Amino acid sequence: MAAQRSIVICGGAFAGLALALALRQGLGPDVPVIVADPALASRPSRDPRATAIVAACRRLFEAIGVWEVVGPDAQPILDMVVTDSKLEDATRPVFLTFAGNVEPGEPFAHMVENRLLIDALVQHAEAAGVTLRATAVTTYDAQPEHIAVTLADGSTIEASLLVAADGARSKLRERAGIATHGWDYDQSGIVVTVGHERDHQGRAEEHFLPAGPFAILPLKGKRSSLVWSESRREAARIVALPDDEFHAELEKRFGLHLGEVKALDRPRAFPLGYFVARSFIADRMALIGDAAHVIHPIAGQGLNMGLKDVAALAEVIVDAARLGIDPGQADVLERYQRWRRFDTVAMGVATNSLNFLFSNESTLLRGVRDIGLGLVDRLPPLKSMFIKQAAGLSGEVPRLLRGEAL
Amino acid sequence: MTTQTETSHAASPSVDPDEVAKFSKLSAEWWDPHGKMAPLHKINPLRLAFIRDAVCRKFDRSARSLNCLSGLRMLDIGCGAGLLCEPFARLGAQVIGVDPSESNIAAAKLHAERSHLSIDYRCTTLEQMDARERFDIVLAMEVVEHVTDVGAFLDRCAAIMKPSGLMVVSTLNRTWKSFALAIVGAEYVLRWLPRGTHQWEKFVTPEELTRHLERNKLGITEQAGVVYSPFADRWSTSSDMDVNYMVVAESLE
Repeated sequence: MAAQRSIVICGGAFAGLALALALRQGLGPDVPVIVADPALASRPSRDPRATAIVAACRRLFEAIGVWEVVGPDAQPILDMVVTDSKLEDATRPVFLTFAGNVEPGEPFAHMVENRLLIDALVQHAEAAGVTLRATAVTTYDAQPEHIAVTLADGSTIEASLLVAADGARSKLRERAGIATHGWDYDQSGIVVTVGHERDHQGRAEEHFLPAGPFAILPLKGKRSSLVWSESRREAARIVALPDDEFHAELEKRFGLHLGEVKALDRPRAFPLGYFVARSFIADRMALIGDAAHVIHPIAGQGLNMGLKDVAALAEVIVDAARLGIDPGQADVLERYQRWRRFDTVAMGVATNSLNFLFSNESTLLRGVRDIGLGLVDRLPPLKSMFIKQAAGLSGEVPRLLRGEAL
Repeated sequence: MTTQTETSHAASPSVDPDEVAKFSKLSAEWWDPHGKMAPLHKINPLRLAFIRDAVCRKFDRSARSLNCLSGLRMLDIGCGAGLLCEPFARLGAQVIGVDPSESNIAAAKLHAERSHLSIDYRCTTLEQMDARERFDIVLAMEVVEHVTDVGAFLDRCAAIMKPSGLMVVSTLNRTWKSFALAIVGAEYVLRWLPRGTHQWEKFVTPEELTRHLERNKLGITEQAGVVYSPFADRWSTSSDMDVNYMVVAESLE
């Protein structure tokens, strides 16, 4: 057969590795798939964070074979409560509860620890014949018929397509001259893992406190992962507190419904922002994941948006390649952009409105949002629509997210 | 840093650099999905899928394999700059592209070389080809409406096709709808095509095509209309064969 040009993915985090595996599966062994990232040298991963994997993305992980490895350690989110209260309120009225199933027996999301997922992805990628290069992409030169990608070790790869999966501060995006549109929330998310006396029964909680959402996400073994938003200055103060003072702040927000609570690692603060790249594509280049967009974590959709990019891009590439079409050709990449960019902008606007609606002290807004949440809670079809939306199963869903092979 | 990967044509004494620049420009025009050939690029995935699926069915191949056409000898008549030849070569076919235009062939050769594809491009016509050559697949896509004698042309196509082979023909139907859309619409209103690209009188109806094929003991085994939806700006296959259509012909025996 004719020699096939390789596809180079810059960035070996979730999106980059998942794309590599999906491409390998869809294209077979004839198209070399290369992932370049200096971070591939530091394994196993020590990332302390955990991530909610919604049903659609779990299906993608099943399709590429990693769910069987991480599934046993994943905590299903069996139900979810949403409350709206001030910090000093004695009780937190519940406005919204979800029994978290998209289909009978299929939870709408699972909590997975990042390090387990990344290690499983790396191992599977290696076993599937993905070429892993623990080095950076330094530059590239896009030509009409190919793109020459140069790595930090001096080697050059003549590829059909370069995928920028190199994160929020993407160097490739910058080099391609793609501007971003967005804003800073002046909020930070404090992330910490806690242990508690009683079992959470698979319940996720989201408390809309005036400073921003405070989410309790269940992990295996009487542990939970917290994502706790505060103003940037307050967050910096809180993470710098000595252990006992931090504990007091934690308890004030977490409550005692799960018994005694204690932090299992040092809290860390991540600045929250929102941006969408003005374009998801350039000549022989496609942006995925955080390189293309970063949204507020209020609805837990950041990673899932990135995995939707993966599923859509893998599908357009594989469909093109099976017709003999060069997957780096402009019209192929435009199909990816049409598919993903609108959805991303819509999700950005929605999460931003949620954050505006909930992160403030206005009594009027509180009344409005509580009526809204109460309505949603009493209308099953509306609720089920929201669950499907949150689970990534609305709109034109790529095959991998429907659990179908490419 | 940049890596120079283009083959240097200027180094060869037999090649005029001005000529290379000219064909390079022509090749870029053909291959630009937003350029003059934009309508062809939009239809192309549809044509590729129709042909690939017919070939895979006929030769019992999997359409999911990137090698699904390996070992098959394919002739593309009126190949232009290779918009069909290159994809099928990538899928493993041994492709011969013929076109009477010297500049098209030069542009096609240049592009295939830069894409690392080996395709046998010849500046010739079907009539001038060696009558002993045989092909598994004969493509006559958007050609019959331009030839002077459709019957004689299809006789030649049938003759160079192996008895076990398959022919795919696409053209424009001769209906009032095709006059309105393909001539008035495409050439005068939307200006997708230069005026005079098509002569409506030369369009071929499916009945005429069937008659010519049957004379050669070939029958139509698959057919599809190709329609454009202006709101979605998308082409799709349809049972409506009033304007653009494609057929697969195989031996009746």
